[in-house]
Amino acid sequence: MEKIAFTQLKEELFHEKMENGLEVYILPKKGFNKSFATFTTKYGSIDNHFKPLNQKEFSKVPDGIAHFLEHKLFEKEDGDVFQQFSKQGASANAFTSFTRTAYLFSSTSDFNRNLTTLIDFVQDPYFSEKTVEKEKGIIGQEINMYDDNSDWRLYFGTIANMYHQHPVKIDIAGTVESIADITKDMLYECYNTFYHPSNMLLFVVGPVDVESTMKLIRDNQNNKGYKEQAEVERKFAEEPETVAKDREILKMNVQTPKVMLGIKATNVHQSGSQLLKRELATNIYLEMLFGKSSPLHEELYEKGLIDQSFSYDYTQEQGFGFALIGGDSSKPEELTEALFGILQKSKAGTGLNEESLQRTIKKRIGSFLRSLNSPEYIANQFTRYAFNDMNLFDVVSVLEKLTIEDIRNIAKDLISDERMTVCQVLPK
Amino acid sequence: MSIASDTITEKSGYKLHVVRTDKYKTNTLVLKMKAPLTKEDVTYRALLPYVLQSNTSKYPTTPELRSYLDDLYGAGFYVDVAKKGEYQIISFTIDIVNEKFLSDSTPLLEKAFGLLSEVIFHPKKNGEAFDAKTVSNEIRSLRQRIQSISDDKMRYSATRLVEEMCKNEPYALEASGNLQDLETITPESLFTYYKKMLNEDEIDLYVIGDIDEKEVEALADKYVSLKERVPVSPPRNTDKDVDKEKEIIENSDVKQGKLNIGYRTNVAYGDQEYYALQLFNGIFGGFSHSKLFINVREKASLAYYAASRLESHKGLLMVMAGIENANYKQALEIIHAQMNEMKQGNFSEEELDQTKAVVKNQLLETIDVSRGLVEILYHNVISGLDITLDDWFAKTERTTKEEIVAIGQKIQLDTIYFLTEAEVQG
Repeated sequence: MEKIAFTQLKEELFHEKMENGLEVYILPKKGFNKSFATFTTKYGSIDNHFKPLNQKEFSKVPDGIAHFLEHKLFEKEDGDVFQQFSKQGASANAFTSFTRTAYLFSSTSDFNRNLTTLIDFVQDPYFSEKTVEKEKGIIGQEINMYDDNSDWRLYFGTIANMYHQHPVKIDIAGTVESIADITKDMLYECYNTFYHPSNMLLFVVGPVDVESTMKLIRDNQNNKGYKEQAEVERKFAEEPETVAKDREILKMNVQTPKVMLGIKATNVHQSGSQLLKRELATNIYLEMLFGKSSPLHEELYEKGLIDQSFSYDYTQEQGFGFALIGGDSSKPEELTEALFGILQKSKAGTGLNEESLQRTIKKRIGSFLRSLNSPEYIANQFTRYAFNDMNLFDVVSVLEKLTIEDIRNIAKDLISDERMTVCQVLPK
Repeated sequence: MSIASDTITEKSGYKLHVVRTDKYKTNTLVLKMKAPLTKEDVTYRALLPYVLQSNTSKYPTTPELRSYLDDLYGAGFYVDVAKKGEYQIISFTIDIVNEKFLSDSTPLLEKAFGLLSEVIFHPKKNGEAFDAKTVSNEIRSLRQRIQSISDDKMRYSATRLVEEMCKNEPYALEASGNLQDLETITPESLFTYYKKMLNEDEIDLYVIGDIDEKEVEALADKYVSLKERVPVSPPRNTDKDVDKEKEIIENSDVKQGKLNIGYRTNVAYGDQEYYALQLFNGIFGGFSHSKLFINVREKASLAYYAASRLESHKGLLMVMAGIENANYKQALEIIHAQMNEMKQGNFSEEELDQTKAVVKNQLLETIDVSRGLVEILYHNVISGLDITLDDWFAKTERTTKEEIVAIGQKIQLDTIYFLTEAEVQG
């Protein structure tokens, strides 16, 4: 077990790689009632084309299967695991993203028992034809719920505009049609390929005893007899640098139109410190242009083009990266043009000065420290970072080193007409 | 040992609540202003905090104010307007880094007090009126926010249920106000209301973090100055005998039908039976081991979400489920059947113990977050009581199955609301 100390942040992180390859991290937090654990596999909605375990050929699986598997893992021969967690006073949940599936619980008592339940249920699948069929109704309703949500439609509409091939454009839950094809055998195939401990990470945060918790996990894993498994081979089609579509309008039952601009990033096969710097710098760039302290934001607000719902974000993982900017607007066309204009001008440095950079860095450091109040944030983000070979606790030092040149270079690299798109939701 | 309690000091015109803890990297200030929910004031109160957070006399534009916040290591500053029972509550929250985690050691807590004082007591004004441009911007923004509620169909359906169920009661009003009244507000009338609010609201200031009580009190005395007042409390309005159940079906362009059902429980926060009501709700629909989740979702596959929650200060129990338009009758039957099971006491001791454990877990988790802790402590301000968390836990633990069944006898179905695309066979 290794100990990593973050002196300024007054945090200590403990790490051990189990013999079967599972990465385990424990961050003790005194004073909190709650302990929180996430057990995450590096397997998300984009992993739909891969070599299944022990097979030589690549195969494609139905859209939405990673998320379907997440739902089904909670069900066992003798009932569902939610019941067991709540008997032990814990609350459990799970989520599937583009690149990860995470299972988690929080509890304020009986931590060891709950942790064992978490590890054991994820490592002991039980799928049957009957329960798979039943789940199609439930997930069908989840898909319909999102279909009625205009913000969700706008979000996926923008991503779909950007990508020709990459599976990030597919809705995480799939469609009612695509999940209809899912069978119990396919679930086992995906499970066996992606849920090996060497493809997973367990993160524990809370008022726990480090030694005994690590021992519990070690003993649990050693008893399970996992055999070594090679890294999963995934396949992604060649993705052009340009957007697939520069514009899309969705007509929905809304009163206020919505606008979202998407900018597709290039050179998206970075990882580690390169990726960390790119992601942080791009977010600083967006904040300098569009944050509430920016005169450009003020101008958009004064002109009535945006309201409090306006937001912006940049995200990048292995193989895809994009900036999204937008919100509700009663003048969707004017807003679209204004945003394109601001982005284009930023290539020449407009809106990007030293003073605003230093202020924005301070702001980001503050919000990072604030987010360390949240055990959920730490566990989820640490895992995401680790899967991309980055360290969450490097954020402050990378932010402190950013220069105005870095930010101007981001603007030059990112902004290009053929990599920008807009999606609007307009009233029917 | 008591669990997370606050030290309360009576100040002129407000109460100061201090909670010392070293578990956060930030210190948090929350100022809450409370007044009865009324048709006359509701939209003023919905608008006012957004005007105040836009700028101040010292920071006359939003970029100037927000740049100052950025310089304070990105101090978080949020406003919120909420409905709790028949009160409308405005909250101002500042969350600021504790400088001991920074290489720069400028004391930040005093800056946070200064900022709060600046925003609340020194707005940008023009004689006896707010800055006209700021008001018109915020009216526009609020108009869009009100409209966006009906653009979110899940929220819209929940709102429509309350409107129909609580017709002619103040509770039917939305905390975000209404469009008709919004158009009549002027910079002058808003300023008049602002002064009334400062003089008449019941005000509570919470300060949470690794702080010194004496220092906090001195800062509060320096930055907060208010007149003495006697806050107004509307009469209790939580009990109602339903003479006729209502069923309302409305059509909209939705892929999924949104079913919302409201019950009167005739029990509110602070009542002896409240602990039993909380457990009743937990067994019925509050969690993923509850009857609604198991029967509507897991067994019948009708829904992704099927749950219930309490409006503690109004004595309501609300059910929500998203279902296929054609499954309305079947879903309703299952939900009614679960309610009957509850009323007849058809739940096990095991279900009860399980629910006690998760209710306790939920409360303990909530108070791990400073803003969650404030919400829990603030229940006592709304109810005018002094219930400690230890009390809450002890009474929950002692609650018996009989007490929960007795609650069932008080619960009455009031209104069923269904938002659907298809025509439903009556």
